[in-house]
Amino acid sequence: MDRTDTSDPSYFHKVVDCQWACPAHTPVPEYIRLIAHGQYTEAFMINWESNVFPGILGRTCDRPCEPACRRGRIEEKPVAICRLKRVAADNRGVVDHLMPQIPAQKNGKRVALIGAGPASLTVARDLMPLGYDVTLIERDPQGGGLMRKNIPSFRLPVAVLDEEVGRILDFGVTTRFGEEITSLKAVLDEGFDAVFVGTGAPRGKDLARVPGRAEADANIHLGIDFLASVAFKHVERIGKRVVVIGGGNTAMDCCRTALRLGADSVTVTVRSPRADMKASDWEIEDAEREGIPILDNHSPKEFVTENGRLKAVVFEKMRAEYVDGRRKLIPTGAPDVVIECDDVLMAVGQENSFPWIERDLGIAFNEWEEPAVDKETFMSTRPGVFFGGDAAWGPENIIWAVAHGHQAAISIDLHCQDRDLQDRPPPETNLVSQKMGIHEWSYDNDISDEARNLVPHADPALALRDLSMEVELGFDVQQALDEAMRCLNCDIQTVFTDDKCIECDACMDICPVDCINFTQNAEEPELRDGLRVPALNHAQDLYVSGDLPTGRVMVKDEDVCLHCGLCAERCPTGAWDMQKFLLKEAKAAPIVPADPQEQPYAAE
Amino acid sequence: MTHILKPKFRHPNLPKNGVGLTRRDYEGVVSTLCAGCGHDSVTAAIIEACFEMELPAHRVAKMSGIGCSSKTTNYFLNRSHGFNSVHGRMPSVTTGANLANRGLVYLGVSGDGDTASIGLGQFAHAVRRRLNMLYICENNGTYGLTKGQFSATNDRASKNRKGLDSPFDSIDLCNVAIELGAGFVARAFSGDKAQLVPLIIAGLKYRGFALIDVISPCVTFNNHTSSTKSYDYVRDHNHMVGRLDLVPEAREITAESAPGVTQNVTMHDGSQMALSAVSEDYDPTDPETAMPELARFKRQGRVATGLLYLDERQEDLHDLIGTAPGPLNEVPAEELCPGSDALEAINAAHR
Ligand SMILES: Cc1cc2nc3c(=O)[nH]c(=O)nc-3n(C[C@H](O)[C@H](O)[C@H](O)COP(=O)(O)OP(=O)(O)OC[C@H]3O[C@@H](n4cnc5c(N)ncnc54)[C@H](O)[C@@H]3O)c2cc1C
Ligand SMILES: Cc1ncc(C[n+]2csc(CCOP(=O)(O)OP(=O)(O)O)c2C)c(N)n1
Ligand code: SF4
Ligand code: SF4
Ligand code: SF4
Ligand SMILES: [Mg+2]
Repeated sequence: MDRTDTSDPSYFHKVVDCQWACPAHTPVPEYIRLIAHGQYTEAFMINWESNVFPGILGRTCDRPCEPACRRGRIEEKPVAICRLKRVAADNRGVVDHLMPQIPAQKNGKRVALIGAGPASLTVARDLMPLGYDVTLIERDPQGGGLMRKNIPSFRLPVAVLDEEVGRILDFGVTTRFGEEITSLKAVLDEGFDAVFVGTGAPRGKDLARVPGRAEADANIHLGIDFLASVAFKHVERIGKRVVVIGGGNTAMDCCRTALRLGADSVTVTVRSPRADMKASDWEIEDAEREGIPILDNHSPKEFVTENGRLKAVVFEKMRAEYVDGRRKLIPTGAPDVVIECDDVLMAVGQENSFPWIERDLGIAFNEWEEPAVDKETFMSTRPGVFFGGDAAWGPENIIWAVAHGHQAAISIDLHCQDRDLQDRPPPETNLVSQKMGIHEWSYDNDISDEARNLVPHADPALALRDLSMEVELGFDVQQALDEAMRCLNCDIQTVFTDDKCIECDACMDICPVDCINFTQNAEEPELRDGLRVPALNHAQDLYVSGDLPTGRVMVKDEDVCLHCGLCAERCPTGAWDMQKFLLKEAKAAPIVPADPQEQPYAAE
Repeated sequence: MTHILKPKFRHPNLPKNGVGLTRRDYEGVVSTLCAGCGHDSVTAAIIEACFEMELPAHRVAKMSGIGCSSKTTNYFLNRSHGFNSVHGRMPSVTTGANLANRGLVYLGVSGDGDTASIGLGQFAHAVRRRLNMLYICENNGTYGLTKGQFSATNDRASKNRKGLDSPFDSIDLCNVAIELGAGFVARAFSGDKAQLVPLIIAGLKYRGFALIDVISPCVTFNNHTSSTKSYDYVRDHNHMVGRLDLVPEAREITAESAPGVTQNVTMHDGSQMALSAVSEDYDPTDPETAMPELARFKRQGRVATGLLYLDERQEDLHDLIGTAPGPLNEVPAEELCPGSDALEAINAAHR
């Protein structure tokens, strides 16, 4: 293999599994260390800069970082990254003075953002410090998008939402709440320099073809509409017996909400086997902890009505068969299951829809009526019109909406300044030695070998009676420290300098997880197979040195490195060094003051 | 030396040997030696050898004297027996232990000071008594622990760190051992585990006295350019006399499976050792030719490594003096104390 090119920042970035997996590339280990030090405000600011909604995401994030976390490969469970984020938000001090300055003198460019969900709010946050005149148009009376109207308040307290949405609006965003856009042309005619469409995927799917659907309409509710009605207090009750159809997160929110509205029995039914359910594991756990049964392999066959009222739902039992990796659901022939009920909540997916966008504006749509959006710039085929969040490619989640927002803001800025949209700013990176003494590092390499900490929950007897009582209580300060110490500090890179190595093997001998090898070079597959412990995880890179004096090369498998620094402590010549790699994804505007004097959270 | 304990985490796919143990199960406490010390590599090679041999740790006795090298018995086989003797006295303590319990595997680790200076007399007698043990001398040409004085194995040509010459000729432990009747004599380099690990396995299996003189650089006091025991010098002057492959009992050695094999040796546990000459026709089983060859390499400044000498007889002290067949702690009480009639008979014989 060729010598690894570590001057390409993506090499070390990839080693930081959590940050690499985070759509917004939040510098996770950096904020986890700050939490361990009790520097919650600084940890909050790192998050706020990257993901805009630390308090919201610390409770609700889909957390793609956690399945990626290296700790999950050396021990059972990953670091509770998401819960730690919440700790930063819950314990932070005053941050007003750390917020970017919004220029009083505007730059003369006007930008419209349609829909006030996380995608649009991120665009607003990123553009306001540059002096843009930003107008946010939303049909609901308040901002927040699905975060407000679909995520129930027992998962996300309204106060947290109000604070984090308000922080952005307070930058001086012009809001036009309560205004539904029915014509994009009309918006364009207002003469904005750029328009961002962040209207989400607002249309819930239905099961129109199931017999009895129309007759039972009065008692069948689309999940997302039901949740919105509850959030805005239009609905405050539900029938005693409720069936929820669907296996995603919306279904989980629906069933738990129904329970809190006074239903005596709530049953979730899913067409597919349980293992294929779309809902996150922790959301399923939360629903089951509240005593809600989840019946898998139940496909709705008929809605039974009596005297114009829904009486029951009939289900056909299914089983899954996999042909060439593709799943087919086949009826088992077992007797149908009849579940009597008063109301049905249907949570079988959502989609984006744009009846209000005229098709003669130069915005191309594909055969499924989806807009053609550039994956990098987020611009549609009409210059100056951008899409992001769920509106771009269908339902995702908040952190993706934020990541889209950052990129769209960069594009909007480039567009308004008449610059090439491909000319995107690189991330800010930094690589600094952590050496303080012969065996001393400026990070704590003495990690904990304890199992993942469990987050405490509110008393269910109380929580189930109160729609707005938060169920998860979050870690206390001690639990947060214990959990933070589980982080392996994957951003503290093992950096190897070929010409300092005397091949004494000390690093190879000490490494607790057999990462390091001195061996004859070969092609990658051969090299992977021949290591002390074969490198079977192909998603993880091999770090290969140049030729050493004996003709061998150093090969390090990054897969399960603990970043313990023992290799560097054992190296007599300093060929190994532990260096902190900090990567901050580019934003349209520098969010944190550039002056180092004003950078209170520079952790070096 | 490190300030943290070595994390307990292991590679999830770490291989296990036939008795279900991983390499890490053969570790000891974390080394406190200087970073880069050759002795730590020898420790790693011992761990690897014991792992491959599937040795049960409780059947091993780790013996040592004083010195950085002698400290290393603490860094492997945490669950073995051990004795850290006074300086240079490891051979006698091992002799006593071995006579009392011949059932254990004796692994001695010593240094060039511990062996060739203060312990030379002790060493000589353990060799000539063919004590059944593997004696590893971690040879760095210096007294590392006491801050770098010349040791007796330091070559005349080698200067110390401050540039001073050694006034005395060096002792070549391998020559001394062959001369005194050792059965298995090898030299190796701590920086070459591919060669060292099989030698350790063979040495542990050998019945009789086995010596491995491992050149093991002291990075702190004897790794400068004017030293003949530095990483660079040994790499540049290494002259491998032969390769040693270990062949499990079951597999027959054929010319095909091991090209260039010149000797097959059966160990007392039934496994085979295949020796192949690498250059020149060096025959380790023939002392008549081996000794002059070794002297020639030395004159040329070459560091001859590999299995230098092998006595295929494999007899040990117990065979020579006809001791009890098993460990003394297994001798039944009635044999240990045969009664007054037996005592009477012995006394009568002396009257
Ligand atoms: C029940 C449920 C639970 C969820 N839970 C989570 C979770 O726990 N974690 C997570 O990360 N994600 C979750 N999601 C997904 C997440 O809420 C969305 O992916 C995210 O909010 C998308 O953000 P967005 O900015 O693209 O659009 P949205 O948040 O959907 O906001 C779009 C806004 O545009 C407005 N709008 C639409 N059309 C018009 C129009 N024509 N004129 C004016 N305004 C308009 C809408 O009223 C809405 O306020 C959940 C989704 C649902 C349905
Ligand atoms: C009886 C006695 N004399 C002297 C010493 C001091 N002493 C300790 S270690 C040592 C030399 C060790 O040299 P070596 O065996 O080569 O070990 P190294 O540290 O080089 O590995 C000496 C002289 C001692 N501990 N005991
Ligand atoms: S151990 Fe820490 S740095 Fe490594 S992936 Fe997990 S959270 Fe990120
Ligand atoms: S930091 Fe070094 S010693 Fe520690 S696990 Fe990684 S490679 Fe091994
Ligand atoms: S002084 Fe020399 S022999 Fe002793 S630990 Fe340090 S390097 Fe090794
Ligand atoms: Mg020494």
